[in-house]
Amino acid sequence: MRQLSLLLKRETVLTSTPLLTSTPLGDGLELRPGGSWTAANVKSLEALSDGVMADLDRSKSVKLDMNGLGELDTLGAWLLEKLSRRAASAGHQIELVGVAENYAGLIEEMRQVNRHSPAPARAPNPVFARLSELGRSAVNATDDIAVFLQMLGSLFTALAGVLRRPRSLRITSLVYQLYKVGWQAIPIVVLITFLIGAIIAQQGFFHFRKFGAESYVVDMVGILVLRELGVLIVAIMVAGRSGSAYTAELGSMKMREEIDALSTMGLDPTEVLILPRVVALVCALPILSFIGSVAALYGGGLVAQFYGDMAPAIFIARLHEAISVTHFKVGIIKAPFMALVIGIVACSEGLRVKGSAESLGRQTTTSVVKSIFLVIVLDGLFAVFFASIGM
Amino acid sequence: MQPAVPEFAIRVSDLVVGFGRQVVIDHLSLDVRKGEILGLVGASGGGKSVLMRTIIGLIPRRGGNIEVMGQSIGDSRERSSQGAAARWGILFQQGALFSSLTVRQNVQFPLRENLELSQALMDEIATAKLEMVGLTARDGDKFPAELSGGMTKRVALARALALDPAIVFLDEPTSGLDPIAAGDFDALIKTLQKTLGLTVFMVTHDLASLNTVCDRVAALADGKIVAIGPMRELLLSEHPWVRAYFHGKRSQMLQPQASSKAS
Repeated sequence: MRQLSLLLKRETVLTSTPLLTSTPLGDGLELRPGGSWTAANVKSLEALSDGVMADLDRSKSVKLDMNGLGELDTLGAWLLEKLSRRAASAGHQIELVGVAENYAGLIEEMRQVNRHSPAPARAPNPVFARLSELGRSAVNATDDIAVFLQMLGSLFTALAGVLRRPRSLRITSLVYQLYKVGWQAIPIVVLITFLIGAIIAQQGFFHFRKFGAESYVVDMVGILVLRELGVLIVAIMVAGRSGSAYTAELGSMKMREEIDALSTMGLDPTEVLILPRVVALVCALPILSFIGSVAALYGGGLVAQFYGDMAPAIFIARLHEAISVTHFKVGIIKAPFMALVIGIVACSEGLRVKGSAESLGRQTTTSVVKSIFLVIVLDGLFAVFFASIGM
Repeated sequence: MQPAVPEFAIRVSDLVVGFGRQVVIDHLSLDVRKGEILGLVGASGGGKSVLMRTIIGLIPRRGGNIEVMGQSIGDSRERSSQGAAARWGILFQQGALFSSLTVRQNVQFPLRENLELSQALMDEIATAKLEMVGLTARDGDKFPAELSGGMTKRVALARALALDPAIVFLDEPTSGLDPIAAGDFDALIKTLQKTLGLTVFMVTHDLASLNTVCDRVAALADGKIVAIGPMRELLLSEHPWVRAYFHGKRSQMLQPQASSKAS
């Protein structure tokens, strides 16, 4: 009689080592599991049950004697069930003896599970998958445009309603949003634009000095800041700071059905939630751009004084010559449009949030990326427009 | 080598928990016997969830001792989460499924983190657990956002049972379910408790599940356990809050039906 006993290193202190003794009986096989067949010993259990598979396939009849079994949990019971199922599927006799009373229910339960394995999903044709992905993203892009236009339309409808009945404007909400996206944004906007202005001036002095064109640094800083950078930097910062907040706020309201609750009370979510936010942004961004431009010019002036050895009076005089109101106008006209784009993208992405927290995160990211992209595209379009009208 | 089986699964003695000035749990003592289903009732905001979360170490305590399966549980700061995971499973009120993982991955998560086993076996075990809680293998590929309330609870239960814990904590398992689904869930808990030999600690407001599945019911009022025992005994309790709870208008509405069914 050949006795094959597999003993594996004990892994835990509290439970006893699991073992599986297999004894050939004629052309049959007797399996005697012993010790703890629990999740803690899973590593040795898997090795044990895999070890007897070859013997199991060779035997005509199998007897599973569970008398020596110490502890059993779902995992152990499933491994034993797998052994008996393998024997049964090969058409062999299988007999279970010595099942302890307290484990009978568990073993019976295991007999029911994993009977219907679902058909594995067919791997799609790679070419077809790529094509369908391409088509899907094209459709999604048109969807994005549709969503944007829809939001723009409903915003103007709400605005028309407010203009007809000025009392329906949510003053409290508007002021609160202005405070949040305007007033509270001032310190960071001032700091960043100040640094940008200083950096541009420093770079200008450093490079222009080589051919003695230091006085033109003022022209460069003035025109660049007023026409392009002031408003662009501020718009990008507002998109990252306030746009993402809008998306997250509206998205979590959508998740908790607050927006549905508003609609059922006969209120238009666009009018109540989105209009004050977008209007606040449209009011705040020009102001922030103005403050930002001034801070950038101030930064440039400081660098001119301490790094470029240019007296403040000369800097201001040069600035007067270099820039005109046109430059300022070109910059500041763009601000409300950029604010509108940021607001619409942020709010419509917020409303697209679905049930899960993951979707909230994804939509917030999309909102920021998309609004920064659109702000830059818009800036380019304005540059073409102003060039063609000679401003 | 086998250690003596502790008679009690959970022993809480002289527990004090508070936030700021407010004392929520005031010198509370509670024993949960091994293999029973204990229901905990109490007023909303009365500290039921706080008690449960303190036992599992999510909330620090001010004083007292907590023993689970004969082992003293340290404070939340010093608890060993690895050991804890195998010791108990928790069904949170909202399910607390990981939204970025599929149902199957959710159930496999504790297995993957705590044990070394092959992917094939892990899949089989996950499917087995899902089928034990009354779902199908096909549900395994869904994401939590696609599940109904009842299915979420079932998946959360499957995840709580993934490591075959000795104790399962259920935080309002039947809240938000229709009576049929709640009844099914109660039956499921009872069946699993029998098959797996679980100790179940259940926070609930559902009078029906208290009546049908709980071996004992503990009533928490004023930060203390004011009554504990089988449902019959609690119905006879003289404590004013317990009387109001079990003999209030809502429970009275159930009485005639219950008595007519009995007759």
